Amino acid sequence: MTTTEKTAAVPGPRTPEAAGSPLLQVRDLHVEFHTRDGVVKAVNGVNYSVSAGETLAVLGESGSGKSVTAQAIMGILDMPPAKIPQGEILFRGQDMLTMSGEQRRKIRGAKIAMIFQDALSSLNPVLSVGYQLGEMFRVHQGLSKKAAKAKAIELMDKVKIPAAANRVGDYPHQFSGGMRQRIMIAMALALEPDLIIADEPTTALDVTVQAQVMDLLAELQREYNMGLILITHDLGVVADVADKIAVMYAGRIVEHAPVGELYKNPAHPYTRGLLDSIPRLDQKGQELYAIKGLPPNLLNIPGGCAFHPRCPKAQDVCRADVPALATVADGRGSACHFWKETIDG
Amino acid sequence: MGRYVVRRLLQMVPVFIGTTFLIFVMVYALGDPVAAMFGDRTPDPATAAQIRESLHLNDPLWSQYLQYMAGIFQGDFGTAFNGRPVIELMGDAFPNTIQLTLVAFVIELVVGVTLGVIAGMRRGRLIDTGVLVLTLFVISIPTFVTGYLLQYFVGVKWGALPPSVSTEVRFEELILPGIVLAGVSLAYVARLTRTSIAENIRSDYIRTATAKGLPRRRVISVHLLRNSLIPVVTFLGTDIGGLMAGAIVTERIFNLQGVGYQLYQGILRQNAPTVVGFVTVLVVVFLAANLLVDLLYAVLDPRIRYA
Repeated sequence: MTTTEKTAAVPGPRTPEAAGSPLLQVRDLHVEFHTRDGVVKAVNGVNYSVSAGETLAVLGESGSGKSVTAQAIMGILDMPPAKIPQGEILFRGQDMLTMSGEQRRKIRGAKIAMIFQDALSSLNPVLSVGYQLGEMFRVHQGLSKKAAKAKAIELMDKVKIPAAANRVGDYPHQFSGGMRQRIMIAMALALEPDLIIADEPTTALDVTVQAQVMDLLAELQREYNMGLILITHDLGVVADVADKIAVMYAGRIVEHAPVGELYKNPAHPYTRGLLDSIPRLDQKGQELYAIKGLPPNLLNIPGGCAFHPRCPKAQDVCRADVPALATVADGRGSACHFWKETIDG
Repeated sequence: MGRYVVRRLLQMVPVFIGTTFLIFVMVYALGDPVAAMFGDRTPDPATAAQIRESLHLNDPLWSQYLQYMAGIFQGDFGTAFNGRPVIELMGDAFPNTIQLTLVAFVIELVVGVTLGVIAGMRRGRLIDTGVLVLTLFVISIPTFVTGYLLQYFVGVKWGALPPSVSTEVRFEELILPGIVLAGVSLAYVARLTRTSIAENIRSDYIRTATAKGLPRRRVISVHLLRNSLIPVVTFLGTDIGGLMAGAIVTERIFNLQGVGYQLYQGILRQNAPTVVGFVTVLVVVFLAANLLVDLLYAVLDPRIRYA
């Protein structure tokens, strides 16, 4: 057992994949947090997959488990209190949950990288951005300080930071919000990973800067043919860049679909509620729709369908049975007892 | 950076004048220096008047202060009770105290920070609670208790270390007084480090560092420690002055003839030049230590450099 673990190579450089074999597959993932108040069930059986060059948007409210799933993939959950009692996370066919800590560390940053929401707090305030970028090359590739600095300048150029060579020694607080997020992107991009997980990369930015940063991210993804998991609660951001969407609620995927179909015909009342809460110009002056109630307490998730207390279509069966993820169409699913009625409006 | 240093240096001037003037006033206003000189005997009024005149004691206080300061800058701190120049007493006392302070400082730094890091990284676990209880214990017990207890048990009963300091002031003689002197500060350093580490370890940039695939050792040494030690450095720097001035009790217990000993003698015999002279030097030490902290602070935290 130990020998196979030691010799089992970390997935090598990018090779042409057989069509349809996904880069990353999450299977029946469960994550819970053991706290003093009880067991918080943050993720309850999530399945999704991403292929090279594909963008998966994971949509959901705060506390829906979208970030926790991402952190489980990265392997940066604090365990304890977190625990993964069940599930598999396959990266190029290998279950990362059974790997040794050292194997996972080598994948982190190099093969799977992550971009966080708030770049100011996510960058180390007392180290120059050049140092923080160069660190990737020094640690993973053993480059010298000087070579790493040159690479850092290259990266800053790549993400279109003006006068990169002059700014490589500056500190995070000396950059604007948009520039800081570009540095986060550069850091994730440094070793040309196969997969990038972006956890609300534009939430902390101005609207105009949001668009620039999203465009940059999409452009680089195309260039490097990376898989991208985009975690967001902003439906506007998703529409432009995503290929497919997974909507999460109470730690479960309630609907997944190609992006166009989901916007046209949502197959879950929750998705419909989310879409209806987007302000629209042609409804100016009318009261904005909002989904009633609050997201469930994860210490005590309602029985049956977790969404039933807030659902306008809830019946007795919703209170009793957890709906399975039904296949709505090819590559499309909905975890609603009444998905047919929902899709027809 | 240059302007920052100059500004800091200029800020020290009023602090130096203010503190030394206060001490000067307090010491000279309390008691009669001429009477103290004669001890129990009553001085001859003519001689007393003559001494008063030669020491400028009839001048207004501010003028006396100016003359005293002028003397200090020429290396003249006045004469101590035993007739020796105060500057000579300083030459004897400061090397001893500085050695003791260094030993205490190293103990405080190494043990305090290590305990704090271990406890902070395991917040809420047994070891963390252990460190908290232990440090509370150390903080609560006065120095003269720990001093005498350690001296008796470690020095006399078990004979592990020399129980007192000889005139040669050897290194191993300074370990026990060093531990006693470092004790309370060490406890504060440990607690401060613990809080800082525990807070920073949950920060976003540590999560980023982990997500970058850095080895845990590097996450801690490069990313976590550097940020967490900023408040600790402030405390350590200001504590240098505290250690030097606060060694009175420790120096007495372990019979070290340092600054504390001389100050004690000076106060006991109401010898104003000794007290004011030593305190003035300590003020300078405090100010220098604070300047050092401010500079280190700017080196450690770039956000302060340009402020």
